[in-house]
Amino acid sequence: MNLIITFIQQAIAQGIAILFGATGEIMTEKSGNLNLGIPGIMYMGGISGLMGGFFYELNNDNPNKWVGVLCACLCCAVASAIGGLIFTFLTVTLRANQNVVGLALTTFGTGFGNFFGGSISKMAGGVGQISVATTASGFQTPIPGLSKIPFLGDVLFHYGFLTYSAIIVSLIAAYILKKTRTGLNLTAVGESPQAADAAGINVTKYKYVATITGSVIAGFGGLYFVMEYLGGTWGNNGFGDRGWLAIALVILALWNPANAIWGSLLFGALYIIDIYLPGLTRASQEFVKMSPYVVTIIILIITSKRNRPEQQPPASLGLSYFREDR
Amino acid sequence: MPDSNNAIELKGVTKRFGSVVANDDVSLSLKKGEILSILGENGSGKTTLMNMLSGIYFPDEGEIFVNGQEVTIRSPKDAYNLHIGMIHQHFKLINVLTAAQNIILGLPGPQRLDMKSVDEKIDELTKKYGFELDPEEKIYNMSVSQKQTVEIVKVLYRGADILILDEPTAVLTPQETERLFEVLRNMKNSGKSIIIITHKLNEVLEISDRVAVLRKGCYVGTVETKRASVESLTEMMVGQKVTLNIDRPDPVNPKPRILVKNLTVRNREGLLALDNVSFDAKSGEILGIAGISGSGQKELLEAIAGLQPIEDGQILYTDPKDNIEDLTKKSAQEIYQMQIRLSFVPEDRLGMGLVGSMGMPGNMMVRSYRNGKGPMTDRKTPADLSKRIVERLDVVTPSIDTPVRNLSGGNVQKVLVGREIASSPVVLMVAYPVRGLDINSSYQIYELLNEQKKKGTAVLCVGEDLDVLLALCDRILVLADGKVTGIVDARTATKEQIGQLMTAGASKKQEA
Repeated sequence: MNLIITFIQQAIAQGIAILFGATGEIMTEKSGNLNLGIPGIMYMGGISGLMGGFFYELNNDNPNKWVGVLCACLCCAVASAIGGLIFTFLTVTLRANQNVVGLALTTFGTGFGNFFGGSISKMAGGVGQISVATTASGFQTPIPGLSKIPFLGDVLFHYGFLTYSAIIVSLIAAYILKKTRTGLNLTAVGESPQAADAAGINVTKYKYVATITGSVIAGFGGLYFVMEYLGGTWGNNGFGDRGWLAIALVILALWNPANAIWGSLLFGALYIIDIYLPGLTRASQEFVKMSPYVVTIIILIITSKRNRPEQQPPASLGLSYFREDR
Repeated sequence: MPDSNNAIELKGVTKRFGSVVANDDVSLSLKKGEILSILGENGSGKTTLMNMLSGIYFPDEGEIFVNGQEVTIRSPKDAYNLHIGMIHQHFKLINVLTAAQNIILGLPGPQRLDMKSVDEKIDELTKKYGFELDPEEKIYNMSVSQKQTVEIVKVLYRGADILILDEPTAVLTPQETERLFEVLRNMKNSGKSIIIITHKLNEVLEISDRVAVLRKGCYVGTVETKRASVESLTEMMVGQKVTLNIDRPDPVNPKPRILVKNLTVRNREGLLALDNVSFDAKSGEILGIAGISGSGQKELLEAIAGLQPIEDGQILYTDPKDNIEDLTKKSAQEIYQMQIRLSFVPEDRLGMGLVGSMGMPGNMMVRSYRNGKGPMTDRKTPADLSKRIVERLDVVTPSIDTPVRNLSGGNVQKVLVGREIASSPVVLMVAYPVRGLDINSSYQIYELLNEQKKKGTAVLCVGEDLDVLLALCDRILVLADGKVTGIVDARTATKEQIGQLMTAGASKKQEA
């Protein structure tokens, strides 16, 4: 019983970072921008949030955990927004190739994270010495009361506020896309910027807003990982390939943020299942770790076979739009 | 003083693209509550003129009055605000969305979408004018005519009083056309003013109150449809004969090269594009192909080149050694492998003919990339060929490596024709070789075609300018609605004769 509870808790913990990333990437891709910089932006969000908390605690003898949380969130949002702004400026305004810019941004973001991670490690006195315990405890505070319920409390109410925010943000994003005028216009921009433009929609504005908002959402995935999952410390490349899993999850979710919620749980479970499956050798563990990607490939095959237009990527994903191009 | 009974009045509108004048001093008017046809051959500037009303282009000169007020239309939004709505030939719809979602796209309103009331409003509109449309149907499930309906309703939903339809019947079956006309009449009866751009004479006579005719960018005149006939409109459309000073050597020792027998082809929409077409093209002559655009010219050339599936019929090729080969149902690749030197200069130069982002050598290699030793392609020969083409054809380009899409239309065409004649073709097919070219470039192209003719090449030339075809070609084949309505000797034929053959299908329909 305890093992199952731990497994579910761990699966959710792994899934939430991916869920933030996937929700952000869906909003971005809906505007026709394929932002492969998301893994890098998640690094940027994570380290900036950590630095926000770190310097707040460094300069205050008696830090308040909620002020620390606020500092971390603000720094994370600003850094991720800058990441998204770089991407949009290069691809929308300068019409650079989205894949190249995205990959460069991921390389940059990872390096940005490791560089500043190393720097504050040094300030803190050595590798693994960073500790923003007060701020992290704010992130890790479970829901008072409800978390005390046996089993249900452990499985459902045991997490920090970012976990619930991830799910709420996904639901809001799904609602915006399906039910609002903004969502309809955004879908149009990603499907056919020409048609959207002719209908009087400001294509550039939608691309900028969607991509930057998406980057901020994804950045919180990095912050979640550093604060709630790791408890306020930094290990170089510690975030691993979760950013790429987030992009794979976009496909699994068929560009619907609501699907990303259960998809992230599945990915989270598959990501750690090797630890919980008895009798695995080192080699077969690595094999099991491939499963999220295998699932993505299978989903890709099934959806392309079924060929339902609603389940395809936005039609002009990855293409830059220029009105005078005829 | 502008007349306030006119929904739209254009005065002296001129639009130039570089050195090409698309509209030259055009003045015409649309009365309130009437259907006005704008008639003209392809390239006569109909669409350009209407795009200035819908805010896509801005006129270089002239004035536009809407309901008697002078206006400036700088964007599609401005046009909507003046209650002008244009239905373009290429629909601007989002496939994965429903009809209703497409219709309200980009409109202001409360964030939360209330599709139910939108649907109701659409149903109201469709009932009023006699459309058939399910607002909740996805666009990708729709036929072309249903998509057109969505476009029309979209414009009406936005409150348009003046509708402009660009070649609305080009993609419709006769039954669908009939239904569209019914709707247009209903709209007219409820006070909307409608402009319909077309080159189909029978439709003009059927639907419109007045006809304005454009020819080569100039306004010819407006007539009451009641007083017009197929003959009088054809005359306005093709105009008086202009004498051109194009060289025409006599064919030397003509031998059949391409023999087409009972060719039948259906286009992508499943409509009959070519119906039982038979003719031959001989060496050392230029065979002109005339017809109102969309009569099957494109399909005919593409069928011979192996780019268009053939439903029925035969295409035979005789090589210079008198061996006969069957090209029926051979792909372009197979024709190449049979070492048949067939060259095709398509209408869509930068789409089908050349790769715009590559320089000249790269574009030469599109034809020769298979040559070379082992896995390496030969890059030197194409570069040399490019230099020769630049020299011989006076191509104006900063360097042979400049992407060809940066060249002017005339130079692009020279690159393409230069490449095609470099392979010393036995059969050369050209579609609209001088479209968009200035006079000088046009004459250079005519000379190139004549040169090929003297070398004994069989040249097939699809053209739209009858004066040119009459002066350049030896024989002219006339297509109407996918059928051959005549093959005439270009030395003796008259423009009126060809004009009548071009519209033969239309007059038959009138009688029926």
